[in-house]
Amino acid sequence: MSRSAREDILARIRRAVDGAPEVEIPRRYRVTAEADDLVGLFAERVGDYRAIVHVVPEAEVPARIAAIVGGRRMVVPDGLPAGWTPPDAPGAGPADPYTADGVVTGCAVAIAETGTIVLDTGPGQGSRAQTLVPDYHLCVVRADQIVAGVPEAVSRLDPARPLTWISGPSATSDIELNRVEGVHGPRTLEVLIATP
Amino acid sequence: MSATFLGMPGNFPKNSARAVQDSQLRYNLRKATHTIRGKRASVVGELPDWQELRAAGKAIKDETLRHLDRYLVQLEETVTAAGGHVHWARDAAEANRIVAGLVKATGEREVVKVKSMATQEIGLNEALAAEGITAYETDLAELIVQLGDDFPSHILVPAIHRNRAEIREIFLDRMDDAPPGLTDEPAALAEAARVHLRERFLRSKVAVSGANFMVAETGTLVVLESEGNGRMCLTLPETLISVVGIEKVLPTWRDLEVFLQLLPRSSTGERMNPYTSTWTGSAEGQDFHLVLLDNGRTDVLADEVGRQALRCIRCSACLNVCPVYERAGGHAYGSVYPGPIGAILTPQLRGMGSELDASLPYASSLCGACYDVCPVAIDIPEVLVDLRAKAPHGAAERAGMRVAGWVLNDQARLAAAQRAAGRLRRLVPRRLPGPLSAWTDTRDLPGIPEESFRDWWEREG
Ligand code: SF4
Repeated sequence: MSRSAREDILARIRRAVDGAPEVEIPRRYRVTAEADDLVGLFAERVGDYRAIVHVVPEAEVPARIAAIVGGRRMVVPDGLPAGWTPPDAPGAGPADPYTADGVVTGCAVAIAETGTIVLDTGPGQGSRAQTLVPDYHLCVVRADQIVAGVPEAVSRLDPARPLTWISGPSATSDIELNRVEGVHGPRTLEVLIATP
Repeated sequence: MSATFLGMPGNFPKNSARAVQDSQLRYNLRKATHTIRGKRASVVGELPDWQELRAAGKAIKDETLRHLDRYLVQLEETVTAAGGHVHWARDAAEANRIVAGLVKATGEREVVKVKSMATQEIGLNEALAAEGITAYETDLAELIVQLGDDFPSHILVPAIHRNRAEIREIFLDRMDDAPPGLTDEPAALAEAARVHLRERFLRSKVAVSGANFMVAETGTLVVLESEGNGRMCLTLPETLISVVGIEKVLPTWRDLEVFLQLLPRSSTGERMNPYTSTWTGSAEGQDFHLVLLDNGRTDVLADEVGRQALRCIRCSACLNVCPVYERAGGHAYGSVYPGPIGAILTPQLRGMGSELDASLPYASSLCGACYDVCPVAIDIPEVLVDLRAKAPHGAAERAGMRVAGWVLNDQARLAAAQRAAGRLRRLVPRRLPGPLSAWTDTRDLPGIPEESFRDWWEREG
């Protein structure tokens, strides 16, 4: 019987690298970045992607969410803090993402240097479809969830969970390299940073 | 259905000569590459540790390649443990057979696709079509290419050769639900694509993707994108099939901290691309299949000089700085991998049997700009010189010399080549080694001043 593709490929690799030198990996890059004002930097960098950004004291978050959401019908994921649920959100449990106007979530981690929010489908973050299909995403980021750089975020995250890293609204630069917001993902991203 | 590059005729000089005559194409390319180039330089300049990240990225890839067998076996274990299925494919035909079989097993006849170089390389769409399965590209640029019955011409911006007016024409002509009053505003064109693909996303049961990275330690796959069509394909369908080159594996989760900094800044020139998705095995109950593709990669790995091409993370930074690419365009390279990386990868993956592939190592003036921007420090000029020594001499070489001559003879082109080279004086190889040195002796660039006279004149005058 002929060898399987797996055995063939592995054998070819072993022949190809036979006698090649071992490699040391120099990790002299920054694993913790310095930033005096994480909230300020994060807000600025998210804003650079043309997302809408608010910095709000934690106690005022519920009122601010209610004001921002207005009459929109929002998907409310399981585990969203009670105060973050917009007043006229449809009952208990999540609305149908295919017909809702938007979705409101928390996040797992946020990265100041790159203006990135990471969702891991944990409590209050919804399934991947819930945060993808609606055209509008309101994300609440607590100040203590913001790290300075990418390495700190990677070390905080759990690879076993499906992760979505979001840096601004959906965009394309495929037409003459003009950035156009909103192709298939939410066309509007609004970020509420809750400070203590 | 977009055409396939496999068996594309011609050679680089002939193809590029055609492109050079097309002034619209030249204008589009120049505008586009210069825009990304500027953005890249500014976001790379923001990171004080760029060179350290680059050194780490290079070493992580080299270490992976050194023990590629071990990491692939580990990856197979971790993906399987997380509920995924792993398949191995020696070549394009085997990979296409596996994917077609998996699609048929679902009973579906349509798949949605997120842009993937590997599936273009193996001509998957055509192979699926032959089995009665329709593959729908969902990237805006891929859609433009597919509807226009065209070839992609850039790794990152496959329709870079089309301007907005041409895209509008293609949509009105080929997209049945294009609004009749469609304008050529980029936002209107994007909206038309959004509407066109929306239903398809929601109803498709099977998706095919590639991946930018696979983590051996955890079994995690990683896809970077901008539009959200990637998220749609990776998330909504019940079955996900990812076709990934074996060199895309990384040893550890931690290694992503390097590549998630190197790749977005090098490719779109952003601090981070809009969306990055990671998933491990069967996520949220999805049926997940990983097809590991060799297709010539183990041949590349066996070449001590050429194997560094396998470090490539397909950022396209080398295309955007290449004076030859800027004039010749992506199609001249006759492969899904255009530009400097294509000039070293294609002849190694496919061999140099055809006139086209044998002419590719000459599609360069060896100015070194590609090496300087490469986030994993692939010494493209070094590999080019090595391949030239290995290429069958004769027709391809004579033709190739004409290409280099063409770039360097014309005054305007020389000015651009000098500007690019001026920033990179240290890196410009003065002479080729061995028997080819006679060639460079007569064609060597004159000493390259830090700022060319022409730039000085424009600035001062
Ligand atoms: S060779 Fe380097 S610069 Fe070119 S696409 Fe690959 S990683 Fe990017």
